[in-house]
Amino acid sequence: LAMLANLEMSICRVRVTVRDALNQAMDEELERDERVFLLGEEVAQYDGAYKVSRGLWKKYGDKRIIDTPISEMGFAGIAVGAAMAGLRPICEFMTFNFSMQAIDQVINSAAKTYYMSAGLQPVPIVFRGPNGASAGVAAQHSQCFAAWYSHCPGLKVLSPWSAEDAKGLLKSAIRDDNPVVVLENELMYGVAFELSDEAQSKDFVIPIGKAKIERPGNHVTLVAHSRMVGFCLDAAAVLAKEGVECEVINLRTIRPLDTDTIEASIMKTNHLISVEGGWPQFGVGAEICARIMEGPAFNYLDAPAIRVTGVDIPMPYAKILEDNSVPQIKDIIFSVKKTLNM
Amino acid sequence: TRVVVASRTYADFTPQATFDIKKCDLHKLEEGPPLQAVLTREEGLQYYRTMQVMRRMELKADQLYKQKIIRGFCHLYDGQEACAVGIESGINRTDHLITAYRAHGYTLTRGGTVREIMAELTGRRGGIAKGKGGSMHMYAKHFYGGNGIVGAQVPLGAGVALACKYQGKNELCVCLYGDGAANQGQIFETYNMAALWKLPCIFICENNKYGMGTSVERAAASTDYYKRGDFIPGLRVDGMDILCVREATKFAAEHCRSGKGPILMELQTYRYHGHSMSDPGISYRTREEIQEVRSKSDPISLLKDRMISNNMASVEELKEIDVEVRKEIEDAAQFATTDPEPPLEDLCNHIFSNEPPMEVRGTNPWAKLKSIS
Repeated sequence: LAMLANLEMSICRVRVTVRDALNQAMDEELERDERVFLLGEEVAQYDGAYKVSRGLWKKYGDKRIIDTPISEMGFAGIAVGAAMAGLRPICEFMTFNFSMQAIDQVINSAAKTYYMSAGLQPVPIVFRGPNGASAGVAAQHSQCFAAWYSHCPGLKVLSPWSAEDAKGLLKSAIRDDNPVVVLENELMYGVAFELSDEAQSKDFVIPIGKAKIERPGNHVTLVAHSRMVGFCLDAAAVLAKEGVECEVINLRTIRPLDTDTIEASIMKTNHLISVEGGWPQFGVGAEICARIMEGPAFNYLDAPAIRVTGVDIPMPYAKILEDNSVPQIKDIIFSVKKTLNM
Repeated sequence: TRVVVASRTYADFTPQATFDIKKCDLHKLEEGPPLQAVLTREEGLQYYRTMQVMRRMELKADQLYKQKIIRGFCHLYDGQEACAVGIESGINRTDHLITAYRAHGYTLTRGGTVREIMAELTGRRGGIAKGKGGSMHMYAKHFYGGNGIVGAQVPLGAGVALACKYQGKNELCVCLYGDGAANQGQIFETYNMAALWKLPCIFICENNKYGMGTSVERAAASTDYYKRGDFIPGLRVDGMDILCVREATKFAAEHCRSGKGPILMELQTYRYHGHSMSDPGISYRTREEIQEVRSKSDPISLLKDRMISNNMASVEELKEIDVEVRKEIEDAAQFATTDPEPPLEDLCNHIFSNEPPMEVRGTNPWAKLKSIS
């Protein structure tokens, strides 16, 4: 009994919110490498619009935590230039909706430069911020940019779900010598997860380009990223009661997509459903389905691969409308049953 | 036949002379650059040679483009040589510089060789960017291109300046843009942040009077580009006089290095070619105007006349330099037209830095191509 107690003590689990995990990641990387710095609107003295950078300005000061004016195109370009000249900036967009103002700098100045220069000019930069639907912020503040950024070669695009994802992926992004877009989710910031021993370490990184199987299962593969991973797990719990075992894959990285993990899963379950918050046309799910069609897993499908997505409309404001604009758990359950012919 | 060098020794030449240079118009500055510049014989010969290389290189590019050996975009710099060479002579090699797409001249002054510049234009593996970039995407140490999106290079340059300040190495960034780009919103965003954070950035507007086919009067409510930085001090400089450019650049560099923050220079200059090789350049301006600039304000002629009339060099000596330059350009063009194109294996390389080899999807699902860093 004493031995068991000792074992319990040494596995020191803590519960950490996604917000705090992101904060820890930045804090650790700022400490580790003096070339790392953070810039964006309200990141310093306000502690971050969503408090993700709370305490960092107090600890690191004006040089490393920089409040910018409301000038996305300008400060994104400044961040890229700083990366070209040897620093390792973290450029925060208050939400990725505002990144559209700066998207030329992300794509044409950051993503393409290593290629255009034939390897002479790397751009070690992270663009991060909340992405996708929030609560009651309406059409201009609710767009998901996963598909847009993931379209472009030269960029890596990450989409964390859990606190562990947030910490490990952001650390990897900061240590990566290339432009990385980290799509966070505002509704997830306040959600707490258990952080394993390993994940609490200052050197905990999650490899970019590798998906995680959050829940193994044999009957159907659910592939999702960000908040929808949680919805899939909830749907899986309900379906388990009816004897349907879902395998839930958390993509973690959208670009490069971990096709191998998805294919291996389909070869086991014979059914695929991709779930995302963004719009259907040319979305993440569309890409997954196309790849499955073109690859070895196609022959293992017992039913067409389908997508569960946000509704193909600008996001409305009224709660009842907004709730019905994004996938709900019941939509996932419904789609599983249709796919399995139940 | 080789020109016979007159049998004069170097002792016959004036070693240096002082020249009056045009006063710069000032904006929010109490004083400007000096009204006189000292030029040594060595400097003069070096400036002459570099400008001549630049001129002949661009003219050769014109030829090769018309022969369809250079394709796509080609924005030539002839006429503006005093800007690039003057700026470089006013800063250190360890400083930084970024410009837009009319970049061949700067690639040269920042350390690129004529061979690798021309081979990049012809898309060969010996090109400065291995043929992957082309005319608008050439890079060298402390030279960040070569940028194709009008105005985007300005925030980038301020970012380089931020890195200079952050790293405390007393370096600065020269950040160039044209009269057309001067109306871009992101430039005003950059002015604001550069001034707010006192970034060591010299903003330089190369005003060659036309943004593609649009004259400055038709594009800008205020053509006083040196004042457009508002709270940023500015000076308007004769961009055809290399000494004027040099002294202004030294003045601006001193301003930045003393921690006063950014400064703006407008260089009044002229391009002989159209906007690019697909623009004859005579639909929006007259041949007479072009000819007038050539005969009265050509930067190379201006320097040459100064040196000859002050006995700092001989006509024969300069002719010899011309011959050498011509040969250098010919050799480079020969290389640029005979060097092989990049191998197909290079197609997918250089996507990511410091990355293990990865697979890239080709045009069809069975085409799995290899990409290395």
